[in-house]
Amino acid sequence: MTTRNALQLKGVTKNFGRAEIIRGVDLDVHEHERHVIIGPNGAGKSTLFNLISGRLKVSDGSIKLFDNAIHNLPAHKVNRMGLSRSFQVTNLFQNMTVMQNLRCSLLWSEGHKYAFWKSVTKQDAVTERAAELMERLNLTKQANTPASLLTYAEQRALEIGCTVASGAQVILLDEPTAGMSRTEANDAIHLIQRMTGENTLVVVEHDLSVVFELADRISVLVYGEIIATGTPEEIRNNAAVQEAYLGTEVH
Amino acid sequence: MATPSVAGRTNLLKLWPWVVIPLAALVLPFIFTSGHAINLLSHMGVAIIFALSYNMLLGNTGLLSFGHAVYYGLGAYVAMHVLRAINDAGGQGLPVELLPLVGALAGLGFGILFGTFSVRRAGVVFAMITLGLGALVFSSSQMFTDFFGGEAGLFGNRAEAPSLFGIDYASSLAVYYLVVAWALIAAILIYLLRKTPLGWMANAVRDNPERAQFVGYDPTIVRFIQFSLSACFAGLAGGLYVITDEIVNAEVVGQIQSGAVLLGTYIGGIGYFIGPIVGASIVTVLESSLSSYTEAWVLYFGLLFITIVMFAPMGIVGVIHTQYLNWKAGGWKGNTGIRLYLIVTGLIGIFGAICVIELSYHYFRSWDPSAPFVLMGVTVDATTVLPWLACFAIAIIGFGLMLFHGRPMLSRHTGATSRGGNA
Repeated sequence: MTTRNALQLKGVTKNFGRAEIIRGVDLDVHEHERHVIIGPNGAGKSTLFNLISGRLKVSDGSIKLFDNAIHNLPAHKVNRMGLSRSFQVTNLFQNMTVMQNLRCSLLWSEGHKYAFWKSVTKQDAVTERAAELMERLNLTKQANTPASLLTYAEQRALEIGCTVASGAQVILLDEPTAGMSRTEANDAIHLIQRMTGENTLVVVEHDLSVVFELADRISVLVYGEIIATGTPEEIRNNAAVQEAYLGTEVH
Repeated sequence: MATPSVAGRTNLLKLWPWVVIPLAALVLPFIFTSGHAINLLSHMGVAIIFALSYNMLLGNTGLLSFGHAVYYGLGAYVAMHVLRAINDAGGQGLPVELLPLVGALAGLGFGILFGTFSVRRAGVVFAMITLGLGALVFSSSQMFTDFFGGEAGLFGNRAEAPSLFGIDYASSLAVYYLVVAWALIAAILIYLLRKTPLGWMANAVRDNPERAQFVGYDPTIVRFIQFSLSACFAGLAGGLYVITDEIVNAEVVGQIQSGAVLLGTYIGGIGYFIGPIVGASIVTVLESSLSSYTEAWVLYFGLLFITIVMFAPMGIVGVIHTQYLNWKAGGWKGNTGIRLYLIVTGLIGIFGAICVIELSYHYFRSWDPSAPFVLMGVTVDATTVLPWLACFAIAIIGFGLMLFHGRPMLSRHTGATSRGGNA
């Protein structure tokens, strides 16, 4: 294993009161890989994402992003260190237009911080990058449409755009195709592949056909523990996975 | 909406209020020449700056403050102390024109101080902290009488201070133009602030603090800077108030002052830059003129606020704007008459309601309810049935026609699902 780890989780646990949701997760995500986390409902996938992205604090264990510890840092600090995420429920600046959403997402990574002495619309680098992102997202026509008026698929696309825009190397996507039709999901997957390029991608996904199309490697999370990690082929043939995951899924 | 516009071609046209309003401000003293009117106009200018600063919190950042007068009032007190020091030095020192800057610095200082723990969270927590701070500062004003001047307050003399341009500020007209100049400067600065990365992220944090975090911004810091700058402009307004009134007492830091700015801003419309300007102007006029006509002016004030909150949450400017857009889109075609009918019946209803309120006030508050009472130019006896009957009838007929005749007619015409109309 010569590649560097983008993310490294060691013995991560999370309790809510006495309920142990994440029970000692060890996980390595290599740089530039597309890593998909699957698991039955209630396995703790979203909780794991919330722990990595700084939305929740870990009860024990450590999380490293390119060898820097990020556990228990506030979300904006984690983001500045190069990690961004999308949410299961669309999470945009609803009152802002597509263009404004993208501009807001670019401001920090373009180094504008909390500046109150310069105009946003005069920052040509931001405008150019936003326009370019819009082009890649196929949202140029909707540039001045408020996010709340976009279709669901467009909102998801915009959210991926905003996630990428913040300049993160590691991107977490929480069920990017949830609630989509077959064709919409396919479009979304192609969009993700196109938008994320060289970035390291960690995806939580339910839809197994999506998983096998997107993943370089797959980890299976069951009841707060990773029971297997490997290539799609290895996971498909793993007996424990078949029993635990498919068993509960079908029930 | 409050979010900055990206439309480019109409940008210059959209600047017309920036020409019209200052021009109107320059001309007004020639129309209303009485000393009282000019003082009222000056107060309006101060209230406008204060309301604009308040909307930096409420409209732009989504922070509902119940204690914004703290920064206005403390700015005023510090400016007053500086003015008194100038007076004591025999009129030597800081020019009057720059006195508001002292208030602004004081506002900024206290904003930074109190902001550190006020803005950790938005919503109810923030509102409660500002409420507590307001009460704290107000009660301090009763205790630290050296600084706050106790019951009587503090006096200063603006004419006994140097002027940058050799203007004699004994004249209230000169003061008015000073207020206009500062109001214009403050309005331009506050307007430009909305266009900056901070202004954009303030909107972003208002709409979705979590997403703001995931694009790298700390919502607490965004709120903190916005809060401090807002306090700075509130202090500026306070400093100007010292010049217009030459007296400061504990009321300027009080809850009523905090409430008034919230009301004015909301009545005008928090989603529009011009909203607080309109709202503050209306509230100032109502406060000073309505109170000379009727005892019930606070009640009217409250009713106006409730009406806005319930039927027009985007404020007066919001109502006008939506109606204007509707009209431009052809939504008034063929039903302008109905809309006028709605307005007229609504006004009749309001007229009737005012008669009822005035009558009640006279009946319940007067020593002798049967004394002749002049109501809308008609002398009536409040202890007889007839005036009551007439007043209620007018109110009921007016509102009844509006709600049960005009409104269904309009919605049939437009085919739209219950539009608010001109409620």
